[in-house]
Amino acid sequence: MATTTTKPQTPARPLRVIVAKAGLDGHDRGAKVIARALRDAGMEVIYTGLFQTPEQIVQTAIQEDADGIGLSILSGAHMTLFPLVVEQLKLQGVGDIVFFGGGTIPNDDAAELKRLGVREIFTPGAPLSNIITFVERECGKRRELEG
Amino acid sequence: MIERASGLGPDATPEYRELIERWEAKAERTPPRRDKGSGAVDRTISDVPLKTLYGPDDVAHIDLTRDLGVPGEFPYTRGIHPTMYRSRLWTMRQFAGFGNAKQTNERYHFLLSQGQAGLSVAFDMPTLMGYDSDSPKALGEVGKCGVAIDSVRDMETLFDGIDLGEITTSMTINGPAAIALAQYIVTAENKGIPRAKLGGTLQADILKEYIAQKEWIFPPRPHVRIIIDMMEFCTREMPRWNTISVSGYHIREAGSTAAQELAFTLADGFAYVEGAIARGMNVDDFAPRLSFFFNSHSDFFEEIAKFRAARRIYARRMRDQYGAKDPRSWQLRFHTQTAGCSATAQQPENNIVRVAFEAMAAVLGGTQSLHTNSMDEVLALPTEKSVEIALRTQQVLAYETGVTSVADPLGGSYFVEALTDEIERQALEYFDRIAEFGGMVQAVEAGFPQREIADASYRYQRSIESGDRVIVGVNAFEKPDEVQSPDLLKIGVEIERGQARSVQDVRAGRDAAAVEASLAALKRVCQSDANVMPALIECVRAVATEGEIVDAMVEVFGRYTEQTQF
Repeated sequence: MATTTTKPQTPARPLRVIVAKAGLDGHDRGAKVIARALRDAGMEVIYTGLFQTPEQIVQTAIQEDADGIGLSILSGAHMTLFPLVVEQLKLQGVGDIVFFGGGTIPNDDAAELKRLGVREIFTPGAPLSNIITFVERECGKRRELEG
Repeated sequence: MIERASGLGPDATPEYRELIERWEAKAERTPPRRDKGSGAVDRTISDVPLKTLYGPDDVAHIDLTRDLGVPGEFPYTRGIHPTMYRSRLWTMRQFAGFGNAKQTNERYHFLLSQGQAGLSVAFDMPTLMGYDSDSPKALGEVGKCGVAIDSVRDMETLFDGIDLGEITTSMTINGPAAIALAQYIVTAENKGIPRAKLGGTLQADILKEYIAQKEWIFPPRPHVRIIIDMMEFCTREMPRWNTISVSGYHIREAGSTAAQELAFTLADGFAYVEGAIARGMNVDDFAPRLSFFFNSHSDFFEEIAKFRAARRIYARRMRDQYGAKDPRSWQLRFHTQTAGCSATAQQPENNIVRVAFEAMAAVLGGTQSLHTNSMDEVLALPTEKSVEIALRTQQVLAYETGVTSVADPLGGSYFVEALTDEIERQALEYFDRIAEFGGMVQAVEAGFPQREIADASYRYQRSIESGDRVIVGVNAFEKPDEVQSPDLLKIGVEIERGQARSVQDVRAGRDAAAVEASLAALKRVCQSDANVMPALIECVRAVATEGEIVDAMVEVFGRYTEQTQF
């Protein structure tokens, strides 16, 4: 697992985000680009590496005290693995962690995943700036609620 | 910025000199474009700097005999066949596989009936990673990215009604490549076709798995040993089989530049050559059956230059460094696939156009076979309709555009020759850096190519983000109210359940003692220096499943885990 430190922040602790790959999917280009982009935007990013189970991903988020989890799936297994992460978040009592994702995911599948509790799905071509804005806004809201 | 672009060769006449100076003056006065996307006009998609105009002095250093030659002659810059596509078109080979073996078999029969000349198998993720369909690791992945093949029984269904003695088959599999080969051999054997008659290609390029595609099983060194075992076995017993397709495709898809794709792919290829020579094989006994697999991305001329540079570098190195004497050992033969990463989910019909240009670059670069991507592959596996359009694109290219009439039609272009040289130069520079690690296996273990690619991919993404580069439909000419076609191929959970049941039935219906004995024998061979292929064939004959075979081998070799970096 690779943890990176970021440039010095304002007094508030920087947002912490897990970027995760699940299942047997080795396509990690997108995940790595997103991880770098979030880091360059001032967040602390923990990239899980490949082949994680939903349990492992949620465990990592808890251990790292993360504000958000971004899951990348390009193998077609999204309708199985995203719901399993949602389930784990609830089971472990951390349903407030901002869970979002991306990959080769058709629109109707994305709509279904959002209905199941995934906060946002980004598909190929989504501007990095949109992803950064989303993560800052949603994770920021969670922080405020946390106090 | 306008540089002295067009070239004043040493032999320029006063008239030509005057012309050039006039052009330069005009170019200087002409304001450049400032619109979105113009930020990157002075470089290729891989950031190779470009001039506005190329001329004689850009190619003045090229020696016609030494550097270009003619098609069919060393160093093969202009192609490996004397008359190129006049003697033989490239093989139109569409990669296909999804769901279970029966569904994929139906798609194969369709493709063959539409004029496709060879088959190309796409396996699903569990098969590629060495897990059976009922493994917990396979959850949600069965049949999604390709076809699920658990045992020789599935392989038999996959090729039902297809004459394996006639057809050539390409199998895109790496970690368990030796097992897939054993399954193919036994499938043919059961139909009475001897292995010596089988024609086809295995990808079996494990080094690029660590670099880019990430479908590995064992650590690099035992994996490379198994590949050399296969090379040795095929050299001895399967004269029509191409053992390795050294692949840059996935390196490019992972975000590399063109020069990185070229350099890392050739370096992987040379690592296998060196491994086989170290095993005591004669280079001319195996090299004629090595082949390569490249990406054709959207920068038209850069891709053509890359293909031409690939042939030249390879020919020189095979002859001069590895002492190959057979001209066939000097010829870099390659398959090309259009760039999946250039396709967009937005306005997917535009991908048809991208694919056509990329396919044309591959043909102008002298490819031996070609897969054209389908427009909807960025969203899901392709539908039959979109696969048909992709195949028709190749047919239009071959029969209507006229590009097949002349061998290496861009040879001698100031620009293409200069760019070919530049890509070659960058690749050779990478060879030096790889040598500092002690070779490609060591460079891969140190994560060097992985880092270079991740850096390049981030730079590229940034150039789109900044608007320096335009991707039509993505950061320009968007259609915000676009509705996605519901006509996508989806693989349901019933496939996974059915396949899991089917592998369990296979396990229940065989001679368990024979399976155990074959797996035990395999482990002993893995612990020794002996070639693993005969033992693998025995396991497959006993109907051991892929997962069982892999587990046995993992006991000896271990499973690889990556040092993660981003």
